[in-house]
Amino acid sequence: MGRAKLPRKSTNIDMTAMCDVAFLLLSFFILTTKFKPSEAIEVKTPNSVSSKVAPSENFVQVILDKDGKVFIAMDKADKKELIANALNTTQNLGLDVNAFKNAEFFGAPLGSMASFLKLAPEAKKGSLLPGIPVKDSANNELVTWMRVIKEAYTGEKEPAYLLKGDNFAKYPAFKAIITAFKKNDILKFQMITNPEGAPVGTDLWKKGQAGEKSEE
Amino acid sequence: MAEMDTSSGGGHKKGPGVKKGKKLSTRVDLTPMVDLGFLLITFFIFTTTMSEATAMRLFLPKDADKPEEQNKAKESGVITILLGKDNHVFYYEGTLKPDGSNFKSSNFKEIRTVLIDKKARTPEKDLVVVIKPSDDCTYKNVVDILDEMAINILKRYALVDISDSEAQLVKISDQSAAAGQN
Repeated sequence: MGRAKLPRKSTNIDMTAMCDVAFLLLSFFILTTKFKPSEAIEVKTPNSVSSKVAPSENFVQVILDKDGKVFIAMDKADKKELIANALNTTQNLGLDVNAFKNAEFFGAPLGSMASFLKLAPEAKKGSLLPGIPVKDSANNELVTWMRVIKEAYTGEKEPAYLLKGDNFAKYPAFKAIITAFKKNDILKFQMITNPEGAPVGTDLWKKGQAGEKSEE
Repeated sequence: MAEMDTSSGGGHKKGPGVKKGKKLSTRVDLTPMVDLGFLLITFFIFTTTMSEATAMRLFLPKDADKPEEQNKAKESGVITILLGKDNHVFYYEGTLKPDGSNFKSSNFKEIRTVLIDKKARTPEKDLVVVIKPSDDCTYKNVVDILDEMAINILKRYALVDISDSEAQLVKISDQSAAAGQN
C-alpha cells in the first residue's frame, strides 16, 4: 500500500508578524499612558472602601495639604467671576477679576489675595503659599469663602463640595474646614479618597458578596 | 520577512588566494524579542491603574442648640473611639469611669474586632459610635475610622469634639505607649 508521504514541513514560524503586533501594542500603551501631571499642591489622599466616583464637574474643592494649609479650587469660570465681584464689594479687596477667573486655585489670606493673583505661575506652588487661614477659630477665613461661594450658586444646582485632604494633615485643620462648612449650612460633602477593596469577612464584604449594591 | 537576502546576487568572484568568508545566516531568532515585547506590554497593562478618585460621603448633623433636640443615646449602646498621636486608638464603652478603668488601648487593626464584637452584643437601634479625634491625630486616621464605619456597616456614628479630660488621658496614654515601644 502506498501511503502518500507528507512533505516534511519546517516548524520554524516566522515571528516577525507577532513581533510587529507586540511592539505596536507596546508603543500604543507607552504613548497613551498619561502620567499624572505634577500638581501645584501635592496631596496624598487616604484610601477608603467607597466605590463612588468623585464628580469631576461642577465642584468646589477644598484642598488640605500635609502642612495643614487650605486651598480652594473650583471649575466654573462664571461662578468665579461672581465670587471675585462679591469679594471686591464686600471685602473691598480690589481683585483683578480676570486673573481671578483664570486662577486654578486660591490660597492666600483675603488681605493678600490681590498680590496672590499677580504671582507668576511658577510661584503658585502649594509649598510656597500661605494658604487660607483657618486655624484661628475666631477668624476662620474659609467661612467667608464658603459663604461667598454658596451665594454665587444660589438658585442653581448646588455644586459638589469636595474635600481633598492629605494623609498627614492634622485634625485641627480638618475640623476648621468642617466648621466652615457647617457655619454655612453645607451639611453634605464628599472626601476624595483612593479606592480600596472591602476587607474579606467584614459586613460590607458580605453585603458585596450577596450582590447588594452599596448605598453610599 | 525577517530574513535578509544574503545571497550576494551572484557574480563578483574574488581573486585567487582570497579566502572566502564563511557565509553566516543573518536570520535572527525573534522569539526572545517577542517575549520581551509581551513582557513589557503586560507590565504596562498591570501598572496602569485606572485611578479614578473615589469620594466618601459625609453628612454633617446640624448643630442642635437646645438640649431636647439633641440625640439621646443609651449608655449601654455607646462606644467611644479616641484617636491619638502616631495612629494610636483608644476606646471605652458607655461613659468613662473616673478612674479610667474602662479606657482601653487599641490600634487600627484591632479596632475592627472591637467594633464587630460591640455590634454583635448591642441591639441595632441602641448602637452609637462616637468618634473623638484628638488634635494630634491625622486626617488619614479620621478617614480610616470613618471607613471602618462603612466597612462594618455602622449607620449611627458621630464626630464629636474631645473633652479636656479625655484629651489629657489620650496624651498620657500616647506617651506611655511611645515609651513602651522604646
